[in-house]
Amino acid sequence: MKSYLYIFAIFCYTIAYAQDCNSILLGEIVDFHDNSTLSGATINITGKNLSTVSKENGKFTFKNLCDGVIELEISHPECTTKFITVTINGDTFSEIRLEHHLEELKEVKVIGDIQKTTNSAQENVLSVKDIERNSGNSLGDALKKIAGISTLNTGGNIVKPVIQGLNGSRILILNNNVRMQDMEWGEEHAPNVDVNANQNISVIKGAAAIEYGGDAIGGVIVLEALPVVRTDSLFGKTQLNLASNGRGGNITSTLTKSYKSGLYIKAQGSYKKLGDLEAPDYILSNTGIKESGLSLNAGKTDFERGWEGYYSFFNSEIGILRASHIGNVDDLITAINSDVPSVINDFTYDIDQPYQEVTHHLGKLSYYKRFEGFGKWTTQYDFQQNRRLEYDVRVGDDADKASLDLKLTTHSLLTNLKFDAKEGFDFKVGALGRFQTNFANPDTGVRRLIPDYDKYDFGLYAIGSYELNSDWNIDAGARYDFSRIDSKKFYRTSRWEERGYDTDFSDIILEDLGTQLLVNPVFDYLNFSGTAGLHYKLNNKNHLRFNYAYSQRAPNPSELFSDGLHHSAARIELGDLRIKSETSSKFSASLERNTNTWGYTVAPFLNSIKDFILVEPTGVEFTLRGAFPVWSYRQTNAVLLGLDASLYKNWSSHIRTDHKFAWVRGTDTDTDTPLINMPALNFSNSITYTNPKWNNFLVSLESQYVFEQTRYPDNIEVFSPEQQENVILDINTPPDAYHLLALNTEASFSLKNKNDFTVGLSASNLLNTNYRDYLNRQRYFADDMGRNIRLRLIFNY
Amino acid sequence: MKTSTIMKRNKTVKTILALSLMATVMTSCSSDDDTPEVVNEEEIITTMTVTLTSADGTATLQSQDLDGDGPNEPVITADNLTANTTYAGSIELLNETETPAEDITEEVAEEADEHQFFFGLSGAIADVTYSDEDGDGNPIGLEFELTTGDAGTGTVTITLRHEPTKPNDGTLADAGGETDITQTFDVVIE
Repeated sequence: MKSYLYIFAIFCYTIAYAQDCNSILLGEIVDFHDNSTLSGATINITGKNLSTVSKENGKFTFKNLCDGVIELEISHPECTTKFITVTINGDTFSEIRLEHHLEELKEVKVIGDIQKTTNSAQENVLSVKDIERNSGNSLGDALKKIAGISTLNTGGNIVKPVIQGLNGSRILILNNNVRMQDMEWGEEHAPNVDVNANQNISVIKGAAAIEYGGDAIGGVIVLEALPVVRTDSLFGKTQLNLASNGRGGNITSTLTKSYKSGLYIKAQGSYKKLGDLEAPDYILSNTGIKESGLSLNAGKTDFERGWEGYYSFFNSEIGILRASHIGNVDDLITAINSDVPSVINDFTYDIDQPYQEVTHHLGKLSYYKRFEGFGKWTTQYDFQQNRRLEYDVRVGDDADKASLDLKLTTHSLLTNLKFDAKEGFDFKVGALGRFQTNFANPDTGVRRLIPDYDKYDFGLYAIGSYELNSDWNIDAGARYDFSRIDSKKFYRTSRWEERGYDTDFSDIILEDLGTQLLVNPVFDYLNFSGTAGLHYKLNNKNHLRFNYAYSQRAPNPSELFSDGLHHSAARIELGDLRIKSETSSKFSASLERNTNTWGYTVAPFLNSIKDFILVEPTGVEFTLRGAFPVWSYRQTNAVLLGLDASLYKNWSSHIRTDHKFAWVRGTDTDTDTPLINMPALNFSNSITYTNPKWNNFLVSLESQYVFEQTRYPDNIEVFSPEQQENVILDINTPPDAYHLLALNTEASFSLKNKNDFTVGLSASNLLNTNYRDYLNRQRYFADDMGRNIRLRLIFNY
Repeated sequence: MKTSTIMKRNKTVKTILALSLMATVMTSCSSDDDTPEVVNEEEIITTMTVTLTSADGTATLQSQDLDGDGPNEPVITADNLTANTTYAGSIELLNETETPAEDITEEVAEEADEHQFFFGLSGAIADVTYSDEDGDGNPIGLEFELTTGDAGTGTVTITLRHEPTKPNDGTLADAGGETDITQTFDVVIE
């Protein structure tokens, strides 16, 4: 029986072979970087004894080809050999982009423009220059360059990115294809990544990149290393930055050794130290930072298979403004009404209580194998450990003890299969398994804000994109995620009853200790996400993208379990065990134009979130220490509507202007009130002069105007024990609008090689303006940072 | 040739399935089932007892909040005071979440230079003067003298500040620092 099938198969094969073999493939080989044509490249059709060489204009031709898929091997004296597949359907034209000189180890982009992760989502990429200019800053500061990205700060050094109004657990940070698990749920928890470790940073606004996770309602930040050049070489880069504000700086160095075989080893390290930051009128006492980062990469890549090992270490010790550590609601009222912080000491590099120390280890092993005429299989294991210590102002024997000591350990295993044998059609399926455990050290002597828990995740997804024709690309994806959180937590009996858990969760009590209860909440979340979109090339210059993303996010430990006085924030935070997953439906579109003379992007979005989880001040509770504002988590329905727009114009070969605008309006549709912590309307304009003849001289002046946020929830009324009456706690009122100027200048010089040394000088808050930002939690206590003049030296070798 | 490719593919699919299964199994392995250790807060002050002694006897003002920063409000009790009398006052601070109760008064006394009590008065309370001082000769307030005025009602607000500016002019605004305790007692003067 089987042999019959064989015969039949061979028969069909022969027929297929015998059909019209008159097709012509016309190809053009171009440089990936500057679109110049490459002559002298040898093109072989694998499996057939056919070969040709590209002509002066980069063109080559094969005649008498049969329709179907063929594989081309392209080699060029200055590039490493490439394999690509081409679908022949009648007379076919194919543009082949080769990595000339800088031979990247990515598969050749046969046809394509700027390489993006998604087809139809709103996506922005930071240039290496942008990252260099922000080397001494945090990731959030670097990303602010993109329209629609703002930051939620706790002072100048703890900076959380906000994408189109959303932050924290709604933003997924992908560090070398590893999803960061670094307690992103806390408002004063910044991402534990070194902005210098990865030189390829892009942002996908919204949940369209479901390959990385179905719960990125806000968006995905992708951090990747630049691909390593596949030649025998040793090269490196060192950058030194010195900053006037904080009177310190940072140094970062990268060294890469690569071999023609595809083997590479890369090491990178950074160290940063700043003392107290300064507002225009005073020192912001205890706002110093010490940060160190190390990353090691080793791997081997070729077309058929490859592997990579990656390890990174990140440690930061960040001082929290001393004046922001307050006793009770009266202290908060005093602070809000006072123009200057209550504690102003002399400048120091010392970091004292309150401060936080975070250490993050990340390790990854990945392997891929390509199967001819089929696709590529990738698998990855990663391990992460995040340890967070928060030190508070404490007395007696406990003075040097941490108040919060959490250790979060995560193991993940990922695997995916990408089918890309058919040109113009990519399909990928993948699975994820993850185990996470959190340990809250009881030695702090402070009741745990976040309890011990184990978390299990399992995900399955499928995504695909299809090129209908040269103008239309469509994509779609679906993902299913299961997650279980199994926690052991102590509740004060009084809190347990006040929350009504005694009626709803009486079956999860493990032990009654009199004043405290040990309970075992186990919750399962089944989440579904899906996305669909299209990308239409109106012509070479104009692109239209439309995307719809449906995503669900399970509540994070903070939203479920927070319970008690958060000393560093002087507020009582209350989670809710009843919180369920939130569901977002986001429509986004973008219209883009890119030409040499001018271009723009207009990107509106509408994000409708059912059961949106938010935390806001809801009242006060009285203790012997006085009254504390209570911040409670609750769920509601919300709508975020917004628009990001950017425009550039090259007025001449030397002068360029850039204009950016971002607006978002968040509404709680259940109560028809504004959502808390929405970024204010902001507008930025810059003018840049460049002259390549003067050592690539560049000077730019940027003006940033941030409007006053006029939409915010009502303030709350509290009883002030000091004043013995009810007073309005002005906790939600946003600060005034502000305008900042920034100046940047740089030039590059040739020491050993061409343009291998760059010197830059920049100044932020040039006019030393006093301002406070609505999205800075320290706005109640002190002004934001004053002028900061920074010198940067970059040496490539 | 064709079949070998198909077989190869099948093998690939199998490998992938096996690996994804491994992923599931690996992640299903539960970690240790340890019961976490209970934390009894050490620094919390649950109880402030003010003992006022005069020739006629003893009166007590007390504020007790056994669940600390839990939802229950402090329970406040205040005995009546006698008009136009001078009382010798003393303050005791306890953490009653521990058994036996921890005496926080000692810690405050040990770090006297970093602490000070402030007394806010209204109505029929005439005056409070400090009777103790820290190593630098600045007042603490663990011991004090309280003088009542004519019969009527009044309030005493007692605030303990940590790391106040010392010396200060006796007002909370000048002292700064952080509030460890603040409690207002409504008293009747007979």
